[in-house]
Amino acid sequence: MNTLRLGLLRGNIEIKQFMRQRESVIFTIFFPVLLLFIFGSVFKDTIAPGVTFSQYFVAGMIASGLVNSGFQQLAINIPIERDNGALKRLRGTPMSPIAFFIGKAILVFLSMIAQVIMLLFFGALFFHLHLPHSGALWLRFAWLVILGSACSTVLGIALAGIIKSGRGAPAVVSPFVIVLQFISGVFFVFSNLPSWMQHFAALFPLKWLTQGMRSVFLPDSFAAQEVTHHWEIGRTAIILVAWLIAGTILATRSFKWSRQ
Amino acid sequence: MSTAIEVLDLRKKYGEYEAVAGISLSIEQGEIYAILGPNGAGKTTTVEILEGYRSRDGGTVSVLGSDPGSLGIHGSVWRNRIGIVLQSTSDAAELTVAETVHHFSHYYTKPKNPDSVIELVGLSEKRDAKIRTLSGGQRRRLDVALGIIGAPEILFLDEPTTGFDPEARRAFWELILSLKAEGTTIVLTTHYLDEAEALADRVAVINAGKIVEIATPATLGGRHLAKATISWSEDGNTHSKISENPTQDVLELSKRLQGEIPELTITRPSLEDIYLTMIEGQQ
Repeated sequence: MNTLRLGLLRGNIEIKQFMRQRESVIFTIFFPVLLLFIFGSVFKDTIAPGVTFSQYFVAGMIASGLVNSGFQQLAINIPIERDNGALKRLRGTPMSPIAFFIGKAILVFLSMIAQVIMLLFFGALFFHLHLPHSGALWLRFAWLVILGSACSTVLGIALAGIIKSGRGAPAVVSPFVIVLQFISGVFFVFSNLPSWMQHFAALFPLKWLTQGMRSVFLPDSFAAQEVTHHWEIGRTAIILVAWLIAGTILATRSFKWSRQ
Repeated sequence: MSTAIEVLDLRKKYGEYEAVAGISLSIEQGEIYAILGPNGAGKTTTVEILEGYRSRDGGTVSVLGSDPGSLGIHGSVWRNRIGIVLQSTSDAAELTVAETVHHFSHYYTKPKNPDSVIELVGLSEKRDAKIRTLSGGQRRRLDVALGIIGAPEILFLDEPTTGFDPEARRAFWELILSLKAEGTTIVLTTHYLDEAEALADRVAVINAGKIVEIATPATLGGRHLAKATISWSEDGNTHSKISENPTQDVLELSKRLQGEIPELTITRPSLEDIYLTMIEGQQ
């Protein structure tokens, strides 16, 4: 059986396992929606003409969704699978590692789609999120989602290789993600943060993803409120591609099939 | 018969500690080869080098004609011909037995029929049960099913019957012997001496990273030459005698007691006795 078909079968198995673990479904898909309701209901201030904080927040949560479904999910689950012997068992079979990673990518992509659809749906229904009004904006949304989740996937695999044990993984990964969300323009308006924090956040992909999502979901006039007064779409693409390349190299070097 | 596995002067260090200190062995195609030894003797390290999981520091290894330490892109072709049953795993808890066995069958070019394999390991009644609901012994039988689904030429079994009740163990032995009858080469590490005795054509005893002896279970440690112990009951007391000629002695005893000898037993040292003597002699 060729590698692509095996990869699809792996994807099927990954999704079955994911859907049957209620905690992982809730944590990955419903938790962001819950956060959306809490933050969206509490902070209703208008932050610029025609833009409320809840709209700003939904755009940031969609960007975070890419981090949750890829980076967070893989960096926590791969070390667990390494501890329980799943990876070692697979390594002892003729299955190509490429098929394994295709399976993971399918899981990330589908759980990400589910999450984004939920956020778009509830965001539009309750928090005045405006869906993109032109084909060009949908296209931008599509490449942001694809590039963002690819980045998130390889970085999750790379971090999974460094984390020692499955039990300790959530304690390493979750604070990492939460801090990134605080400094990257998800929970706070990015331009209100101290400038040293802005510069630090600009090193990581999430800041660029949230900004890109704002360019898709907020009125074009809001660009004036960004730190550089521009959406910086070109720069966002370059930085995400750079992280994708770096993450792929790190992931192939750090990945381990068993604890040694 | 040709050689399935050939190991010459295998060495492996963890830091300063030499876990495998020059092991040589040769396993023929179609034989059941047991590797015995106390915890930390280097069994698992040796077997994991043969399985391609670990690198080595010295020596040569050939498994089915390939070096598992440098498989490169041929790894998948080689792994298609071997089956591995690892020590305790707890993966795939949310999948059912049938889903898992069927899924793994897709990895191999000429798999056995997944439903027959489930039947063969005695899990037919549990085929639709989630793996997390299986008992320890059932879980182990699933591990075996996943190890043999690819119809391997060599099957590695690492302590396969841990957690089995006596009945399940007997059934498992039958299964292993049926695989041998099909021509599968089996490399077995175990703590159970009765298991090695029931299954193995040859055993290698390893201690402190070295081979102590390689022999058949019947001749290990000169067991076939060991003296027998005769014991019986006479005048309400238990008597015993170490004998070089037990048949002769029993005949004489029978004559003296005029027929039936009460509570007669004739024993030779068990494999376990021999093994323990060997390991103690080393320390």
